[in-house]
Amino acid sequence: MKSLLNVSVGIITAAFLTMGSASADIKVGMITTLSGGGAGLGIDVRDGFMLAIKQSGRSDINVVIEDDQRKPDVAVKLADKMIQSEKVDVLTGIIWSNLAMAVVPSATAQGKFYLSPNAGPSVLAGKGCHENYFNVAWQNDNIHEAAGAYADGAGYKKTFILAPNYPAGKDALVGFKRYFKGQIAGEIYTKLGQTDYAAEIAQIRAAGADSVFFFLPGGMGIAFLKQYSGSGVDLPIVGPAFSFDQGILQAVGEAALGVVNTSQWNKDLDNPTNAAFVKSFKAEYGRLPSLYASQGFDTANLLISAVAKADVNNTDAFRAALKSADFDSTRGDFSFSSNHHPIQSIYAREVIKEGDIYTNKTISVALENHSNFYTQDCKM
Amino acid sequence: MSFVLIVEQILNGLQLGVTLFLMSAGLTLIFGVMGLINLAHGSLYMVGAFAAAAVAGAFGSFILALIAALAAAAIAGAIVEISILRRLYRRDHLDQVLATFALILIFSEGTRWVFGSFPLYLDIPNYLQGPVMLPGGIQYPLYRITLIILGVLVAIFLGLLISKTRIGIKIRAGENDREMIAALGVDISKLYTMVFALGAALAGLAGALVGAIQSVEVGMGEPVLILAFVVIVIGGIGSIKGAMVGSILVGLTDTLGGVFLPKILQLFIDISTATNVGSSIASMAIYILMGAILIWRPTGLYGSRL
Repeated sequence: MKSLLNVSVGIITAAFLTMGSASADIKVGMITTLSGGGAGLGIDVRDGFMLAIKQSGRSDINVVIEDDQRKPDVAVKLADKMIQSEKVDVLTGIIWSNLAMAVVPSATAQGKFYLSPNAGPSVLAGKGCHENYFNVAWQNDNIHEAAGAYADGAGYKKTFILAPNYPAGKDALVGFKRYFKGQIAGEIYTKLGQTDYAAEIAQIRAAGADSVFFFLPGGMGIAFLKQYSGSGVDLPIVGPAFSFDQGILQAVGEAALGVVNTSQWNKDLDNPTNAAFVKSFKAEYGRLPSLYASQGFDTANLLISAVAKADVNNTDAFRAALKSADFDSTRGDFSFSSNHHPIQSIYAREVIKEGDIYTNKTISVALENHSNFYTQDCKM
Repeated sequence: MSFVLIVEQILNGLQLGVTLFLMSAGLTLIFGVMGLINLAHGSLYMVGAFAAAAVAGAFGSFILALIAALAAAAIAGAIVEISILRRLYRRDHLDQVLATFALILIFSEGTRWVFGSFPLYLDIPNYLQGPVMLPGGIQYPLYRITLIILGVLVAIFLGLLISKTRIGIKIRAGENDREMIAALGVDISKLYTMVFALGAALAGLAGALVGAIQSVEVGMGEPVLILAFVVIVIGGIGSIKGAMVGSILVGLTDTLGGVFLPKILQLFIDISTATNVGSSIASMAIYILMGAILIWRPTGLYGSRL
């Protein structure tokens, strides 16, 4: 009997030992928006991310996914839970800048890594930057800066600009103006979540502008474009990709045709990683990927490349592995700037109709190998 | 500040007002007759929009889509009333708020389950596309003019229904004294279901009409619901006339405030601060209006005097 006990103790010990040796297992906590308005973005990020994990064939990356309902307080609670009881090593997934601001500083202060697949508020790129925070999407201003550069290059002289009255909206207009050298015909901050733009469109009509730049993510953009196209104002529009992603375009329909928007990614970018990604995403989920899906996919691939190089418990080595960005991005060339934000090209795309589906076609490079404005504010 | 811009903005305010009226008329009737706070009214608005988008997508007819919106919202309303809300009339308002809040979540996740998380496509029909020229050289979208006319027609219809018909008499009697009309032999629960379905149908119609120029997505009803509550508080709970006047007031205040406050402030401070401060004050304007009216008339403009 005693020997039996000894044997079983031995087996159990052995089992623990094997578990111990598999401690290279890495636990990833994904907090993203899966319900309520804006769930489409979180679902795309999650699907892109999980597609990359699946394709890597690695079983040592465990992903815990939770829904933040687009509420900062929920996101903070989930982050606490993931760090304290789930003991995750890496956090990711947050879509919205206000949620990122609520979660990221405390997570990185507790020694966790955070990989942002979307939100890139200016504070986290500048004064609030952290060595364990990596943004794989863009700094918030980037896409708008590219829109400004495009509008400038297209010869527009007098642009009317509008965005919602919240931090990312202000970043957007500041970013646009940083690269647009013409005159601003008018500047409006709308209410966040506003869905009727008749009053703004009337002001655009009265302003004597030659073009319009708008940043209205999600449903706000759908409403604006539909109302704009019915208003009889026919000035050309320029916008960031957020109002023209694959999920939204079908709801906007014809009103979006021909609009130029700026994005760091498009499904027709000519590189083998991207072609394979678009094909496999479509096969797996039965729909075309959006830029959010590509960001989720790239975030996961960055993580996988770092896991292959270093143990997550060796923080310095793991950070260096992340920093080297040694993975094939769907965007082609990709590297990190000194404040851990992407250096990448941003393209101008035009909305076209392919068969029955509205989608985007890349027409030119708006900003080549673009970094961000806040590098000098970041001391890490 | 041209004359044309001012007229255009007043039209925009009116149009927002009549769409708010469609929402708040149902809300105020339900509250007035049954004493029920229905937070799920915004969900019925969403149901209408989704039904319209689905039918327009399948058959391509906007008129059919509107009929589907009316029917779907009325049926959803009747089912919810019979199965759930009927049990809540005698409970206090907190229980009603909790239960109808739960309904919002059920409707939202249910809609996502059926239609997915991406916004649906619903567009205005070709014959209502584009702008028209109004006298005085004002270019205004034809669809929005149609909305204003339609809203006014619905208001007239509701006014006549309440003041001239037998059902209207019962509804008014129900508002005043529900025990008494039950004692007089009116089937009160049938009346309640009918009023609820009517309110729901109006919300569904509003959802479909507005969905065509905005976006049809989960959660579209809640922002409108807040405005509708402001409207019925201003107008006086239970009063259709109050809902009409309140809607127009809120519509005009919201639209004109958002446009003209920043411009007025620009006379005193620099442009970017004026834009910032102006749009912040403008988003408070309707609540300031509500506060002022409540100080002047604590039960709203047309509410019963205490």
